[in-house]
Amino acid sequence: MRSGRILAGLATLAVVVAGCGGGDDDAAASTAAASASGPTGTVTVFAAASLTDVFTDLGQRLEEEHDGLTVQFNFAGSSALATQLTQGAPADVFASANGTQMAVVTDAGLAEGEPAVFTANVLQIAVPAGNPAGVTGLADFGREDLTVAVCAPDVPCGAASADVFAAAGVTPRPDTLEEDVRAALTKVELGEVDAALVYTTDVVAAGDAVEGIAVPEAEDAVNDYPLCTLAAAPNPEGARAFVDLVRSEEGQQALGAAGFRAP
Amino acid sequence: MRRERTPAPLLVPAALAVAFLVLPLAGLLVRTPWSQLGTLLTAPGVGQALRLSVVSATLATLVSVVLGVPLAWVLARSRARGRAVLRALVTVPLVLPPVVGGVALFLVLGRQGIVGSWLAETTGITIPFTTAAVVIAETFVAMPFLVISVEGALRGADVRFEDAAATLGADRWTTFRRVTLPLVAPGVAAGAVLCWARALGEFGATITFAGNFPGTTQTMPLAVYLALQRDPQAAIVLSLVLLVVSVATLLLLRDRWLGRGAAA
Amino acid sequence: MTLAAHVVVRRGPLTVDVALDVADGEVLAVLGPNGAGKSTLLRVLAGLLPPDGGRVAVDGRPWDDVDAGVRLPAHRRPLGMVFQDHLLFPHLSVLDNVAFGPRTRGASRAAAREAAAAWLDRVGLADLGARRPGQLSGGQAQRAALARALVGDPALLLLDEPLSALDARTRLAVRAELRRHLAEFGGSTVLVTHDPVDATALADRVLVVEDGAVVQAGTPADVARHPRTDYVARLVGLSLLPGTGEGLAVRLAGGGVVAVAEPAAGPVLVAIRPESVALYPSRPGGSPRNAWPARVAGATPHGSTVRCELDGEVPLLADVTATAFAELGLAPGSPVWAVVKASEVTVYAR
Repeated sequence: MRSGRILAGLATLAVVVAGCGGGDDDAAASTAAASASGPTGTVTVFAAASLTDVFTDLGQRLEEEHDGLTVQFNFAGSSALATQLTQGAPADVFASANGTQMAVVTDAGLAEGEPAVFTANVLQIAVPAGNPAGVTGLADFGREDLTVAVCAPDVPCGAASADVFAAAGVTPRPDTLEEDVRAALTKVELGEVDAALVYTTDVVAAGDAVEGIAVPEAEDAVNDYPLCTLAAAPNPEGARAFVDLVRSEEGQQALGAAGFRAP
Repeated sequence: MRRERTPAPLLVPAALAVAFLVLPLAGLLVRTPWSQLGTLLTAPGVGQALRLSVVSATLATLVSVVLGVPLAWVLARSRARGRAVLRALVTVPLVLPPVVGGVALFLVLGRQGIVGSWLAETTGITIPFTTAAVVIAETFVAMPFLVISVEGALRGADVRFEDAAATLGADRWTTFRRVTLPLVAPGVAAGAVLCWARALGEFGATITFAGNFPGTTQTMPLAVYLALQRDPQAAIVLSLVLLVVSVATLLLLRDRWLGRGAAA
Repeated sequence: MTLAAHVVVRRGPLTVDVALDVADGEVLAVLGPNGAGKSTLLRVLAGLLPPDGGRVAVDGRPWDDVDAGVRLPAHRRPLGMVFQDHLLFPHLSVLDNVAFGPRTRGASRAAAREAAAAWLDRVGLADLGARRPGQLSGGQAQRAALARALVGDPALLLLDEPLSALDARTRLAVRAELRRHLAEFGGSTVLVTHDPVDATALADRVLVVEDGAVVQAGTPADVARHPRTDYVARLVGLSLLPGTGEGLAVRLAGGGVVAVAEPAAGPVLVAIRPESVALYPSRPGGSPRNAWPARVAGATPHGSTVRCELDGEVPLLADVTATAFAELGLAPGSPVWAVVKASEVTVYAR
């Protein structure tokens, strides 16, 4: 494949068609005609589930920019993605919601160079629309009479939550330890819990069903999102293009609109 | 008695099926960190989650038998209209993604739900995030297995025994209790085992509707899932424990219960 | 205890419309081919199937009365029923099977078991009460089923092909025993069968049913002598003669000796089918072993054959073709010789 792509940059159209062994012959051929130097083929991005909306949007922009480039995503929990990568899943880019799972990948020698933090997420209190229980701050998580959800300590948002509660000096009395932020948010949306500690981006994504209450103590536990290209990337050129877009002004604006903040 | 050899068209796919079912299990065994087994097993919460799993799966099975056997009877014996629709509805939990099932339970039994809000207002009881919610979620997902199994047994049973009972003075309830139910006992047992196994492994509906809290709602599958986020090796050990307990229980029951039923 | 019933019931294309009366202690056999509606009739009497019309009453009490809207459910009817393949409950012991009826009808466990044990003793199964039905032979199981049907002293006993699932040898023994119990039974009995031997041996009266309707009724002998349809003629007409076996001969109780092919001993029944009786105007040559002089007492044509009732030392029924009947110049009162091959004679233990 790689030799096929190098040929595509150097040789005539006919040679490209003959030399490219993959399934993208036609796409590669037309791309070579349209933009002779841009990335082509398929870029595979493994990204944390919280990035679903922003990354899907950015992927479409990149595809529009480069004719013949296809960006495909695998959105899941960072740990699930890390497991898939260490088990040999083919990917070009990995964007993790925390440093721990990125470390799993870098420790396995799968990353190309050093991962870079590209954005950050901060915890917020989510309450059902109208805030029926009158939640005002972290202290309400210690109240016996409220039904509250926090992330399980085993998952990244739970670890961050624990730091925030410690910083605030609050002992939470959760009714459930959620397996991920989305599950916690679903229970807020349904009005089955009075409050949950989730990420700002999730509150933004949930729209009108959920209201966010900022938590000053959360500033001590900002969650950084690292990103890297993979050493075994089948499409290193496409991988670089995607990473560049994410880190560009345009990418950072999109992230900001979704509730992320600059690193 | 000389047994005929199993014909190859059956033997080959059967062997493939065994390999398909057993190899992932072998994979688990290969990856089990045997040296850390003791530490991981005695970790706090493991016994608690296991106990909660077994207790709630057993309660869910009991509820399923009490409600599901009569339902199976209605499906198999009554001539009421709309039975086909009823049967289709009963199997809905089988095809519904369990997480969706959990949300559906919220919509009915949650504190904002149709029944749940009334219950909360009149009695102050809220169901979600309690052990009762675990049992309800497991029952919702597992009962169809029992119903379908028992309905099949009832359809296969010879209804003339019920005629014979009627000529001996037994009304339909007595006939059901003293004739029909004993005749389909092997089917009920098989259904209960399926139901129990499904309840024991239930994850999606439980974590959605009952949440996850050690001691009250964290069953083994939930513990396994969360362990997988943190320490995959611990998750393997927990899976293994769940597997050993379920297989041991099923083998024990098979000898005591199914074995006799199958011989009858 | 008297059964009076007129049952109308539709089953697909077949309409069963049968009236019957059975007196106390009387056994009525309903005889007919498969699909004639016999079992349907019995299921209506048992209350297992609602009739579309008519009335069923026992001792004047209505069990079914379609016009009056009366319907007594099966479990409220004081009856006993024996099914073709016994239908003993496989999960209960033989004793508990027999005790099942008394228990559901309100007897204490002890009383029910006592009554059941007494009946098991009466049918000769006293030692087998603890067994499961699966451990009984066919004959034992059918005897247990009879005990189960009779234990509550029912007003009506319904027997649905009670012997047809048994092998020939067992059948003889169970038939003889059934005959004894029916003689002792004080209620009305309806026996459904397609076997004329069962009907002849067990019933006081026979009702022949074809296509849902009664084609003939009467005592077994009446029906045999005067068959109204081909079916009845083929079905009944067997001459059953009591006698004593003496090796290859049976000395008949009414006089005369019948040569038989298989050695027989003790009290037996000799059965001769009408089509195996040949008629000759004079004693035939070749000295056949069974040749008896007789007189034609009656002749009933059915189809292309004529059934002749023969009077003589050995009373028989004979079927001859209408042509032969004419050629022989037979008429009531004509003297004839009746000849039967020994191999055509069947012998039953009595």
